Amino acid sequence: MILVLCEVAPGSSEPDEVSLEALAFARALSEAGGGVAVRAVVVGPVPDGDHLAAVLGDHGAGEVRHADGEGLAAYGGAAWAAAVQAVREETGSVAVLAGGTPRGMEVMAHLAARLQVPMAANVVSFDGLSPLTVRRQVAGGAALEEMRLPERPAVLTVAGHAWSAHGVGGPAATWVACHPEVPAADRRATVVRTAEPEPDESGSLRSASVVVGAGRGAGGPGGFGPVTELAELLGGVVGVTRVVTSLGWRPHHEQIGQTGSRIAPDLYIACGISGAIQHWAGCASSKAILAVNTDPEAPMMTRATYAVVGDMHEVVPAIVEEIRNRA
Amino acid sequence: MTRVLVAVKRVADSSGEAVLTDDGQGLDGRYAGWTIGNHDACAVELGVRVAEATGGTVTVLSVGPTEAEEQIRSALALGATAGVLVEADPRTLGPADVAAEIAGVVREATEGYDLVLLGNDAADTGDFQVPVRLAYALDRPVVTGAGMVTVDDGVVVATVNSPYGDETYEVPLPVVVSVLEGGVEPRYPSLKGRMAAKKVAVETRQAGSDPAGPGRVRWHLPPPAPSSTEVLGEGPAAAPAVVDALGRLGVLP
Ligand SMILES: Cc1cc2nc3c(=O)[nH]c(=O)nc-3n(C[C@H](O)[C@H](O)[C@H](O)COP(=O)(O)OP(=O)(O)OC[C@H]3O[C@@H](n4cnc5c(N)ncnc54)[C@H](O)[C@@H]3O)c2cc1C
Repeated sequence: MILVLCEVAPGSSEPDEVSLEALAFARALSEAGGGVAVRAVVVGPVPDGDHLAAVLGDHGAGEVRHADGEGLAAYGGAAWAAAVQAVREETGSVAVLAGGTPRGMEVMAHLAARLQVPMAANVVSFDGLSPLTVRRQVAGGAALEEMRLPERPAVLTVAGHAWSAHGVGGPAATWVACHPEVPAADRRATVVRTAEPEPDESGSLRSASVVVGAGRGAGGPGGFGPVTELAELLGGVVGVTRVVTSLGWRPHHEQIGQTGSRIAPDLYIACGISGAIQHWAGCASSKAILAVNTDPEAPMMTRATYAVVGDMHEVVPAIVEEIRNRA
Repeated sequence: MTRVLVAVKRVADSSGEAVLTDDGQGLDGRYAGWTIGNHDACAVELGVRVAEATGGTVTVLSVGPTEAEEQIRSALALGATAGVLVEADPRTLGPADVAAEIAGVVREATEGYDLVLLGNDAADTGDFQVPVRLAYALDRPVVTGAGMVTVDDGVVVATVNSPYGDETYEVPLPVVVSVLEGGVEPRYPSLKGRMAAKKVAVETRQAGSDPAGPGRVRWHLPPPAPSSTEVLGEGPAAAPAVVDALGRLGVLP
C-alpha cells in the first residue's frame, strides 16, 4: 500500500494541487508495482469531509484516513508526523509520500527521521522498483540525482508540478476517522499564531491570458511600477518568482512555480527572471514567452519564444511607451 | 545570554552553469568557486543578531573538507566568535550522517549550545532533512523554514512565511531552527571583522566512521533544451519589435 499525505489549507476542504500531483505519482508507482492500493492521509480539522473524500477518490485514493484530535488542530511538523506514522503503522504502507510543499517536506523529513529510513526530496520520476530508484531535483534544479531507496517504507516528496493532477473518475474514498495519540514531546513546536494571510488572488493569475512576471532583477519592492503598468495595459496580471515573495517584495499569491501557481497564459513576459527549474515548472505551459534579461545565457532567455537582452528598468518602460504611442 | 551554533555547508557556487565532478557525485566548484547557500548566509546573520541581542556567543561549524575552513572564516568575519570544522568528504555522508556529526559537537561542547541554526536545505543536495534529523538526534524541538528568529527571555520566537500566512512559533530553548532566506539581509564583513577572523583558532575534528551514506547513484545534467528563441533586440530600442510581436500574438488591447 502507498500512503499519500494530502494537504488542505486551514478552514478549507479542497486538497492542495501539489498533493493531487503526489497522488498521480502514487498511482503510477502503484501501477508499476502491480496495483497496490493507494490511500490518503489528511491531518487536522476538515469542514467538509464528504467533499474531500469525493475529490481524493476521483484522484485514485481508495480510502482517506482522517487523523484529527488533540495536538493536531494547530500545525506542527512533529505532531503531524506522529499522526502519519500511526496511520502508516496501521496500514503497513510500503511507501509514504507528500507533495514538495514546505509542509510536505517537513512532515516527511520528520517521518524519515522517526523511522530511521532515507528520504528523497523533490522526486520527479522513478526508474525501478527493486530497489526503488528515483530521480530528484538538486542544485536548484540545475541537475538531477539518481537515488536508491531500498528501505521500507520508502519516504519521498514529489516536486511540485512535475506531475499533473487529473481525476481518474474513482468513486468517493472511504472516510476513516482516527485519533492518534500525539506525545507531548511532539507538541513542543507548533504554530501559536498565524497573521491574517494576504487575500488569495492566485485565481486571476491562473486564468489570466497575459502575465507579466518579474524576479530578482526588479531590484526591490519599488521596481514593480512599469511591470504593473505593462500588465494593466495588456489586461493581464503580475506574477513573480519565489525570491521576490521570500524577500517580501510582493505577496505570496503572485508566486509562479513549483511552490506557487501554475500558469498557462497566451503570453508570459518574464522580466529579470533567471528561469530556474522550479520557476519553469509553473510557466512552461505558457503559449508564448517573452524574456527580458541582462544575461542572454539565462535559461529563461534560451527557452523563451522571444528575448530582449537588456535592463528591465529601461526595456519595460520603453515597451509601455511604444504601446501608448501606437494606441 | 544565548549560546548559538550555526552550521554552514561549503558548496560549489551554482549561480552560473552547473558542472559535475567526474564521478558524478556532486557539483564541481573548480571553475565557479565555493561559497555557502543563501539560507546558510541568513542563518549566520540571525545567529550573530541573537548573540548581539542577548550578550551571547556564536560558534560556526561546518562538516566538510579541510578547505571548508574558508567558509568558517567568512562567518567569523561577520561576528561569529569560534569555529569548528568536522573534517569529512561530504559526498560520502547522507543527511542522517551530517546530523549525527553536528549532534556530536553539540553534545560534547563544555558550555553547550542553546540554539542551533542551519540553512533550511543545502544549496547543492537540497535534502531538506539535516535540521530535522539533528533535532531527533538531540531530542530537541525544531522549527523549519524560519525567516526571522529572535530570542526573548529564553524563548525562541520564529516566524515562517508560509502560503497560509505568517506563522509564528514560540519554543523555549534549547531549539533547532532552520532558516530560509528572505527574512534578513546578511551583512558584509568589516575590515576589523576580517582581521579578527584570521586570529581565531578553528577547532578541527575528524568525522566518525561508518556513515549510512546518501543513497546516491549519481548526478546527471538535464540535456540542454534546443533553443529556437527569436531575439527581438537589445535594450529600449527593441520596444517596437516587441510591440509588433505582441500584435502578432493578439494580446494588444
Ligand atoms: C524546493 C524549491 C522550490 C522552489 N519553488 C519555486 C517557485 O515556486 N517559484 C520560483 O520562482 N522559484 C522557486 N524556487 C527558487 C528557484 O530555484 C530560484 O531560486 C528562483 O526562481 C530564482 O528567482 P529569480 O529568477 O527571480 O532570481 P535569480 O535566479 O537571482 O535571477 C535573476 C535574473 O535577473 C537578471 N537580472 C538582474 N538584474 C536585471 C535587470 N536590471 N534587468 C533584467 N534582468 C536582470 C539576472 O541576469 C538573472 O537572470 C524553488 C527552489 C526550491 C529549492
